[in-house]
Amino acid sequence: MTLTKKPESRPAAATWGLTARGIPWEYAPAPESTDHIEIRAEYGLFIDNRFAPSRPKVTFEVINPATEEPLARVAKASKADVNRAVAAARRAHDTVWSRLPGSERAKYLYRIARIIQERSREFAVVETMNSGKPIKESRDVDVPLAAAHFFYYAGWADKLDYAFPGRQPRPLGVAAQIIPWNFPLLMLAWKIAPALAAGNTVILKPASTTPLTAYLFADVVRQADLPPGVVNIITGPGEIGMELVRHPDVNKVAFTGSTAVGKMIGRAVAGSRKKLTLELGGKAANIVFDDAPLDQAIEGIINGIYFNQGEVCCAGSRLFVQESVYEPLLDKLKARLSTLRVGDPLDKNTDVGAINSAGQLAKIKELVQSGIEEGAEIFQPDCELPDRGYFFRPTLFTGVSQSHRIAQEEIFGPVLSVLTFRTPDEAIEKANNTPYGLSAGVWTEKGSRIFKMVGAMKAGVVWANTFNRFDPTSPFGGYKESGYGREGGIHGLAAYLDMSADGTNGR
Amino acid sequence: MSPRARPAATRTRRSRPASVLAGRTVQSLATTDDAAVGQRLGVRKTYKLYIGGEFPRTESGRAYEVFSARGEPLANACRGTRKDIRDAVRAARKALPEWSAKTAYNRSQILYRIAELMEGRRDQFIGEVMTAEGVGRQRATRLVNAAIDRWVWYAGWADKFTQVIGSVNPVAGSYFNFSVPEPTGVVGVIAPEASSLLGLVSRLAPVIVSGNCAVVLASESRPLPAVTLTEVLATSDVPGGVVNLITGLRRELVVHLAGHMDVNALDAFGLDPSLIAGIEEIAVENVKRVARPPVGGADAVDWLSPMAQSPYLIGEFVETKTVWHPIGA
Repeated sequence: MTLTKKPESRPAAATWGLTARGIPWEYAPAPESTDHIEIRAEYGLFIDNRFAPSRPKVTFEVINPATEEPLARVAKASKADVNRAVAAARRAHDTVWSRLPGSERAKYLYRIARIIQERSREFAVVETMNSGKPIKESRDVDVPLAAAHFFYYAGWADKLDYAFPGRQPRPLGVAAQIIPWNFPLLMLAWKIAPALAAGNTVILKPASTTPLTAYLFADVVRQADLPPGVVNIITGPGEIGMELVRHPDVNKVAFTGSTAVGKMIGRAVAGSRKKLTLELGGKAANIVFDDAPLDQAIEGIINGIYFNQGEVCCAGSRLFVQESVYEPLLDKLKARLSTLRVGDPLDKNTDVGAINSAGQLAKIKELVQSGIEEGAEIFQPDCELPDRGYFFRPTLFTGVSQSHRIAQEEIFGPVLSVLTFRTPDEAIEKANNTPYGLSAGVWTEKGSRIFKMVGAMKAGVVWANTFNRFDPTSPFGGYKESGYGREGGIHGLAAYLDMSADGTNGR
Repeated sequence: MSPRARPAATRTRRSRPASVLAGRTVQSLATTDDAAVGQRLGVRKTYKLYIGGEFPRTESGRAYEVFSARGEPLANACRGTRKDIRDAVRAARKALPEWSAKTAYNRSQILYRIAELMEGRRDQFIGEVMTAEGVGRQRATRLVNAAIDRWVWYAGWADKFTQVIGSVNPVAGSYFNFSVPEPTGVVGVIAPEASSLLGLVSRLAPVIVSGNCAVVLASESRPLPAVTLTEVLATSDVPGGVVNLITGLRRELVVHLAGHMDVNALDAFGLDPSLIAGIEEIAVENVKRVARPPVGGADAVDWLSPMAQSPYLIGEFVETKTVWHPIGA
């Protein structure tokens, strides 16, 4: 590895010869093989362990956002299909699943975890083809974490009596689960694993742009010999999700997605006994103090906002830098940004893949344009983008003020807003100045300051000297308008249980 | 004041039995008035709101007449308004940093202090509960004793519930990871309508023990024991603004509490179940956490049952915060 030495205007900021001009060496293409992948031309709805067309038979196209080429057609569910799916889940709940000893439910979940591990590469490649996320992320993060979630919750299925002292937890019944397109398989695992462990049956509706790993998971369900109706998967537009949420025989609703849709779901559930958990949007603050380990912080900032193209609800989209380190940090950040490899998600060297859809790309462009118009200064590395597909350069804005739209609204793209602060109190004030409260990051070497900041953040997850870490044992979820309820850990289990004394939760 | 001069609001009162009405003669407005015995004229109490540690009258200057369970007029209570609710929410928000930052040990002692001072006013509470709820002395004594004991019970939880509902999480990686409950913030509490004291204490104590501040809508028909409770709170080291109490017509007030954008959670347990759908729709505007009324309504609850108290009730009004830090030399 040879580094090209370039003159530095600010020698203090060591950038290893990397400058805003990019990487001084070439990468050979390293494409992940797709020849072992079978994607069917058409997928029906998965109800009662059978794939069958929707009634009436209507399909819609699913594409690869990196190439804009079609991958498959999937069934568009009707209201009648929703009814069929709920009926299947109800039957499976009442006659089989809720009566099964917890130890048997556990073994089914362990089976699922193992099959995901066995078929991990297939899942990773399909996930990348359908979502646009880099293969190294789907391979190293999404798929292993999904398997880990099933493995973790499997063990709870026969230990519920030990989880909540003084309570006799019962399953809620039928769970309606609606998930987004940014982590299709991982969000499926976050939803289905605790639901099944607790003794519920589910109807899952994946996002309409990213249903393929969910249908691949349906195949895992069959391989695991899960009783029919325990897991049902239906696809269709948002209205079908609302039909599912409103269905009177649903006992539990779990939603991950935007705050606007979360509020619609909250209204649809109002007045019912359905138990609701919402995991909604975010606008996380990532706060860097002047004593922070800057090189580690740079990696955390990059991971915080450019991981999964920034299409992450807990993305560290607002960077707060203490004024005294603003300039060296920004130099390093721009240099690091310029080394990010943007392009083919299936290339194993790719850092930033494709934006999930044309619609999302348009939204990102619109918000970036607003940043420019409101007077913030834009920086983008000079990287080439593929001719086809939905790509966007990793972007950062400086000179951002609190009132700018790019500092207030969730962009859900690779766009970082950089702001500054002088005192810890100012950082706290600015960081909490948002209706969201999903996550936050703090970078400092001083232990007592970490705990002051951690305590002051109105956010459900706080990463100190790290960012964007996830684990099945670790509860995740928001404060304020980022939602309520937790996923992961024992807290995530509670969200799928009726803990009332009289058994009236969800009914 | 003659019955004819009663404010308009009282004409909307629903459930006064006709038989009681029929037999009623012109009554005095105070229960402690012993003028009838010819000794001295009783000094009546003015029942006011409790906001930010002070006892203001409602900004509306309006009142509604409160009756005993037997239909005798007892007092004029403040007919609170949307503005009063706003003032109360502002007071609660202002009190939140101090209250939530107190050590759990300190909050525990303050809740225990509430029990101590209620004990000193036990006879007064028994009398008020008898009058408000129409129960005999024995039953009222049990209810008041249970209310006092409930404060003691929750006082003990202040420095323990974190250990029961928090966790250290064994993540698969070189990180230290833990989850702690933190107060949700400002919580609106719709007190149960029938259980004027024990029901209120049973819902309020688990809200404030974790560090939340509360804006309480008192029982509409039986608000007086709640007002007397605020007099206890005002003298028991509970900082002003931690608990705020609004009396008035609930149909006028509930929507403003549920719709207030600076209220983080709503304990609607005491709400008439037929109103919950509309209230939840309003509350979703800022993603409020809502505790729903039980099936059959709060008035069917046996508040003396041990099931009426639970650390999981504390858990309904906390947020779980998860913290990650790398492990390394």
